[in-house]
Amino acid sequence: MIAPALFAVFAAIAVVSALSVILQRNPVTSALFLVVTFCSLAGIYLVLHAEFIGMVQVIVYAGAIMVLFLFVIMYLNLGRDIETGLQIALRRGVGWLMGFALLAAGVALFRHPWAAGPPAPPGPPVGNTQAIGLLLYSRYLFPFEVTSMLLLVAMVGVVVIARGRRAPGPAADLPPGAATGAEPRGDA
Amino acid sequence: MIPISWSLALSAVLFVIGVIGVLVRRNALVIFMSIELMLNAANLAFVAFSRDMQSLDGQVFVFFVMTVAAAEVAVGLAIIVNMFRLRETVFVDEINLLKG
Amino acid sequence: MLWLIPALPLAAVLLNLLVGGRLGRKGVGWLACGAVGLAFLVALRAVLRLAALPEAQRTVTDTVYTWMRVGDFSADVSFLLDPLSAVMALVVTGVGFLIHVYSTGYMAHDASYRRFFLYLNLFMFAMLTLVMADNFLLMFVGWEGVGLCSYLLIGFWYTRPSAAEAGKKAFIVNRIGDVGFILGMLILFAWGGSLNYARLFAVAPHVFAVGSTVITTATLLLFLGATGKSAQLPLYTWLPDAMEGPTPVSALIHAATMVTAGVYMVARTHVLFQLAPVSLQTVAWIGAATAVFAASIGLAQNDIKRVLAYSTVSQLGYMFMACGVGAFTAGIFHLMTHAFFKALLFLGAGSVIHALSDEQDLRRMGGLAPRLPWTHATMLVATLAIAGIPPFAGFFSKDEILSSAFASGNTAVWILGLAGVVMTAFYMFRLYILAFRGQPRLSHEAEHHLHESPPSMIVPLAVLAALSVLGGLVGPPMQEGGHAFARWLAPVFAGGEHAAAAHHAVPMAVEWGLIALSVVVALAGIGLAFRVYLQDPGAATRLRERLSGLHRTLLHKYWVDELYDATAVRFVHGTARSFWRFWDTKVVDGAVNGVGYVFEGFSAVLRLFQTGFVGTYALFFTLGVAALFLHLLRH
Repeated sequence: MIAPALFAVFAAIAVVSALSVILQRNPVTSALFLVVTFCSLAGIYLVLHAEFIGMVQVIVYAGAIMVLFLFVIMYLNLGRDIETGLQIALRRGVGWLMGFALLAAGVALFRHPWAAGPPAPPGPPVGNTQAIGLLLYSRYLFPFEVTSMLLLVAMVGVVVIARGRRAPGPAADLPPGAATGAEPRGDA
Repeated sequence: MIPISWSLALSAVLFVIGVIGVLVRRNALVIFMSIELMLNAANLAFVAFSRDMQSLDGQVFVFFVMTVAAAEVAVGLAIIVNMFRLRETVFVDEINLLKG
Repeated sequence: MLWLIPALPLAAVLLNLLVGGRLGRKGVGWLACGAVGLAFLVALRAVLRLAALPEAQRTVTDTVYTWMRVGDFSADVSFLLDPLSAVMALVVTGVGFLIHVYSTGYMAHDASYRRFFLYLNLFMFAMLTLVMADNFLLMFVGWEGVGLCSYLLIGFWYTRPSAAEAGKKAFIVNRIGDVGFILGMLILFAWGGSLNYARLFAVAPHVFAVGSTVITTATLLLFLGATGKSAQLPLYTWLPDAMEGPTPVSALIHAATMVTAGVYMVARTHVLFQLAPVSLQTVAWIGAATAVFAASIGLAQNDIKRVLAYSTVSQLGYMFMACGVGAFTAGIFHLMTHAFFKALLFLGAGSVIHALSDEQDLRRMGGLAPRLPWTHATMLVATLAIAGIPPFAGFFSKDEILSSAFASGNTAVWILGLAGVVMTAFYMFRLYILAFRGQPRLSHEAEHHLHESPPSMIVPLAVLAALSVLGGLVGPPMQEGGHAFARWLAPVFAGGEHAAAAHHAVPMAVEWGLIALSVVVALAGIGLAFRVYLQDPGAATRLRERLSGLHRTLLHKYWVDELYDATAVRFVHGTARSFWRFWDTKVVDGAVNGVGYVFEGFSAVLRLFQTGFVGTYALFFTLGVAALFLHLLRH
């Protein structure tokens, strides 16, 4: 009986904090609520007996990714978002409407009967982490290696993009916005 | 034993919250966070099915999704930083470069 | 190796295009003449080999590659050498070579020397393709190619409006004939199933009944093409205007080779024409009518080249007349001798024009004989040849045509031909006397610059003069089993020469009588010319006054150009203008612009969706996902 209760609690925390992520005006607050969401999801993974994933969720998402987010927010020194004006209000309305429509569609879709394959026979009685490790280094060896390649490419890409234009040339001296020739369109 | 429908419902709700976040917010960073939210909703669905079908393949997929997400966040944030340098803004409705 | 014959001039064209600028005048001249000379030698060697073969096997084909193959239709780039195309190839390359050499002298001071030889070589390529093709399609390629070169060379001095106009006229009038050619070709393919000569001619007697509508229509359409190319009634009007081109061009294209393509085509397709007696009769009558009609116009013209142009039209009429009465050998024979003496006449006229600093009006010539001895001598030979005086070349071929016409029972045609002989003799000697005899009527400037032409021009004249004297001797009349030329062509026209057979049925005495009659008639024409223009100075003027109506008619060429202008040209212009004013600007442009406006309207609406903001796109993306979900739900 304890598992469903735990699931319910974590689910409630996840939904509320997720809503807070999109409702909070301050990006820092949003980011922190996102960490909460991730942590409660990690809890749900544990409840679902996916211990390895739960741990990785905390380490990678709550740890690494969110730190990167916070770092960028701090770096850009952003304040509270200003969300006023007719256009923005209109968009908010449409956005929420669309979201609920999607949810309704999804619910309706799930209520249809769907064909699921027969449950696989239970695996060998090994620990979750060990089993995943075995899978990763056997059947999914190639994708696993490709993933490392992906991370390397992303790293190089980030370095190139974030370094900015250091190359000598007239473009480097242009003021912000002039390089594209378009005027920033701020209504705030 | 938790019914799969619970996990799927939670996954759907989180996903829709992510969609709404993308649609209503103008801060590129918050939009990014909403995207992460959607990715996590997908991950949850993966884990739920993995449990339901007594197969670890779903969890391996979650692992891959996380790697891709990490790479994506790194690149995306770099782009946002660059964009901010160029335009002094992170508001997506002030940047209309996606126009032929 | 047959492909080499047309390929050599083509190679010269390409070389001229690529490196002609660096070769200089001398190099360009050598290149052009060398290529044609070499082509002549190759052709000569091929013909000698052909002659070594037994008579029945004298057909050599050389397929270069298969041009296209669609279903059971195939067209090859394939060359054919048989006795007929051998004659044509030798005449084209031989006379062509002489004219090339002549041109190096004639065009020596022209600014566009290189362009001239470029066109001339291109013409040689097209003409050789025409005469050596082994199917109608490739022949048509050559046919159009010579038309194009003709256009380019008539308008060679394109800064002169009259030259540009003449070029256009030649092109358009030829186009009318070409429509006939294409349609005829299509009918032959539709019924005969092939465009290859050998295959088509083999099945023709089985497919087409003698005198059936199909074959009559097809051959008449082909003949329409021939009247365009060979300047016969009613499409002859372009040829006199074509004299705007340089004189070597007039000699090569508009006298010796291209204009005879129609005759060659009719002779080549004689198997088909013989299946259509009505068409043959038409050919004979058109030929005879043209021969007399053009000759009569030639009586009154004052431009030396125009006289020769009408003479060419008239002589081509003789050739068609021969084909029409079934004497194809005689037609080709006259084609060959005509190529010699008419090329010589034009080149001689060119030499006169060159000597007189571009004076072409006969009324401002005269007394040139002692000043231009070589030109005078060769011109006299050519004039005697065309007038039909034995033993010059023209006599043999023309006499053969006339006696064939007589023998075939077409007495009216024969009488017309005889009338043409008088006029030919008269106007040719009128030209000769006005140019070379009597008192000089030169302008001061022309008198001052008067000079005999350089050797590069005189030597070709001499060679052609020799050919004009001796060329007829391959076909003397009254030989048992036909003369040498007829025996040479016999494999091609075998079984077809019923007229020739009839010709030999004419008793010897009658034949002698015919020969004597045509010579007497020609001498009468010559005598009249001498009497009117040389012995009695006032006679020409008196004659002109007494027959002023006739003279005006002839001088204005029966007002045919004006008639065409008033009817066909104006009608076409008017129709075109109304199409332009109403159909094109209102309907076509309206539809096109209308479509444009509609799309502009749509895209103006669609453009609103492309805001450039990622948020909008995400919104529509989500909308799409929701729609997809709903779609899935319905199933």
